[in-house]
Amino acid sequence: MNEINPFEGNTRRRRRQGIAWRFVFQASTIVGIIVLTALLYNVINESFGLAALELEIDPASLAVDGVALEELSQEQLAQIFQANVSAGLYRRYATEKPFTERTREEVYDLVQERVIRPQLVKTWTLFETLFERDAIEAELAEKYPGARLQFFSWLNPEFVQRPQSSDPLRAGVRTAILGSLWVIAITVIFAFPIATGAAIYLEEYAPETRLTRLIQTNINSLAGVPSIIYGILGLAIFVRFMQPITSGAVFGLVDDPTTANGRTIIAAGLTLGLLIMPIIIINAQEAIKAVPNSLRNASYGLGATQWETIWSHVLPNSIAGILTGTILAVSRAVGETAPLVVIGASTFITFDPDGPFSKFTTLPIQIFQWTSRPQAEFRNIAAAAIIALLLLLLALNAAAVLLRNRYSHRY
Amino acid sequence: MDERLVDSSDRVVSLTETPDMVAHDQPGSRTETNGAPQERTLETRDLRVYYGDFLAIRDVDLDFLSRKITAIIGPSGCGKTTLLRSLNRMNELVPIARTEGHVMFQGQDIYAEHVDPVEVRRRIGMVFQKPNPFPKSIYENIAWGARIHGYKGELDALVEESLKRAALWEEVKDKLDQSGYSLSGGQQQRLCIARAIAVRPEVILMDEPCSALDPVATFRIEELMRELASIYTIVIVTHNMQQAARVSDFTAMMMLGEDKAGEMIEYDETNTIFTRPADPRTEDYVTGRFG
Repeated sequence: MNEINPFEGNTRRRRRQGIAWRFVFQASTIVGIIVLTALLYNVINESFGLAALELEIDPASLAVDGVALEELSQEQLAQIFQANVSAGLYRRYATEKPFTERTREEVYDLVQERVIRPQLVKTWTLFETLFERDAIEAELAEKYPGARLQFFSWLNPEFVQRPQSSDPLRAGVRTAILGSLWVIAITVIFAFPIATGAAIYLEEYAPETRLTRLIQTNINSLAGVPSIIYGILGLAIFVRFMQPITSGAVFGLVDDPTTANGRTIIAAGLTLGLLIMPIIIINAQEAIKAVPNSLRNASYGLGATQWETIWSHVLPNSIAGILTGTILAVSRAVGETAPLVVIGASTFITFDPDGPFSKFTTLPIQIFQWTSRPQAEFRNIAAAAIIALLLLLLALNAAAVLLRNRYSHRY
Repeated sequence: MDERLVDSSDRVVSLTETPDMVAHDQPGSRTETNGAPQERTLETRDLRVYYGDFLAIRDVDLDFLSRKITAIIGPSGCGKTTLLRSLNRMNELVPIARTEGHVMFQGQDIYAEHVDPVEVRRRIGMVFQKPNPFPKSIYENIAWGARIHGYKGELDALVEESLKRAALWEEVKDKLDQSGYSLSGGQQQRLCIARAIAVRPEVILMDEPCSALDPVATFRIEELMRELASIYTIVIVTHNMQQAARVSDFTAMMMLGEDKAGEMIEYDETNTIFTRPADPRTEDYVTGRFG
């Protein structure tokens, strides 16, 4: 062979190129993992750790006849309370609810709150707690000689069960979790059927016209509209214009119609529903598009009507994709803050929402509010609330995945 | 069991066999066979199909005789599938398709205004090129069609009967609850045939039913077609000349015209088409000299 092979010698170069790209993609994945780890580290670091507590009265000094405070009876605790607070304060509590009617736990909490009065003076992160214990103790002895050191898990069962409070030691996220669940329920009930219906219409029925294309383009653009703009839309439509409905006034749920306001769970749910509707539509359309035409042909070829084809073949074969898209959209809605701020979610609310027409707060709003407080302790409970939010998201996703697997029994 | 279901597996199929009837040569007239009138199940008259402005097939006049297999052959892109799909109004599912002319089914124009395409497609069933069972159980694949049409009888019996007619019963009777996809390609295609006959059609249209199958599976489907021809009128589109010669009673030859529109250029008994075609283009095509 005296002819030069024109293909010779480029295999190695092509291989090298491939390997280089492989490293690029691997690096991207690693960057992603690092960022995620940093996020988790940050949140967990703030959620657990030592804190210095200063007590007004040492609980040991309140012991009666050698019986510790925790072991005392209801009457004894009530006496301690009366002996250690001002007469005016005692009267106030007694008028609110006579002490004889209060349970032992309630009185014990009151003693904790009003007599012992623990005050957080300093908190440390988990990292400092674990690796800089000596420095913490030195600082404690130097700056807060009267304080006691205690390990706090800011995320604890009580934190999830307690309502909001201005005292970080007693603040909880129950109100916010319930608010989030209510809002999401309204969002899903509102957005899922409408969005899925629209997707079915656009994919299966709508003729290919200029109008359809215009609508499609609009839906695609709406999916990218910043969420705060939906907040303004929700404020204008649901909170203000539809106030008699969203406040519950037309259903006779408001005692005084002049004080009715539409800043309720239903207004928030509808606003978030508008926000995620285009996303669900687009995802559902993709899922429906993925159903092979051969299936539709088989169905029509048997003499099925369009609706029978959609109901028996198109939907069962796309429901998994539709639900996945919905899960993603709902996850986004759970974490939305901006539109809720605009439509006026309450930042401080201590009672649980009891229906679609009650005032509410949600977890992201709560976190936002806590992080903007100057006191350091609120950062800790904000971090704990973030973990609660992440867990809520995981739970919602897990439920949706289970639902999806159940209803998309595919052969 | 349907009394029409007769076992014809012993039927010998060969090119040398004389068809039961003489060639159909005068469109619009009854074909006489040994003095007995031969029923025409489907007739097309001046059938034209457009895709947008593009004329896909032009003025097809073709008769499909009852309980005979008619093959439509011709080079790629000449409109064979379009013709087939216009016989049960499946073409309407293509948004830009437009059909002109008439398709008479038992004397009734299926394109007439008051005719429901859903009813047309139940009576004129279809089997597709690629096996396309539903992603459901074998049982459900058969039963679904009957159910939507409000079948009153015993579903289990219908499933069994349909699978037996499609020569699949023995292979699947113990796994009716398994997925249709668990079957081999040839079995899937027979499942699709069983599914089609479960809704009691009178005509079965087959669009290259064996093109995705190996020779053994192809042979079984061809055998099945011969058996089914004792009950149903069958129209088959095929690229495989041997297949057309082996299974069909009549053959229609299609070809692209000057203006890229498909035309039917010759229609006759299969035997004649393959041995003494009238049109030289047909001769070129069937002998492999074409293109």
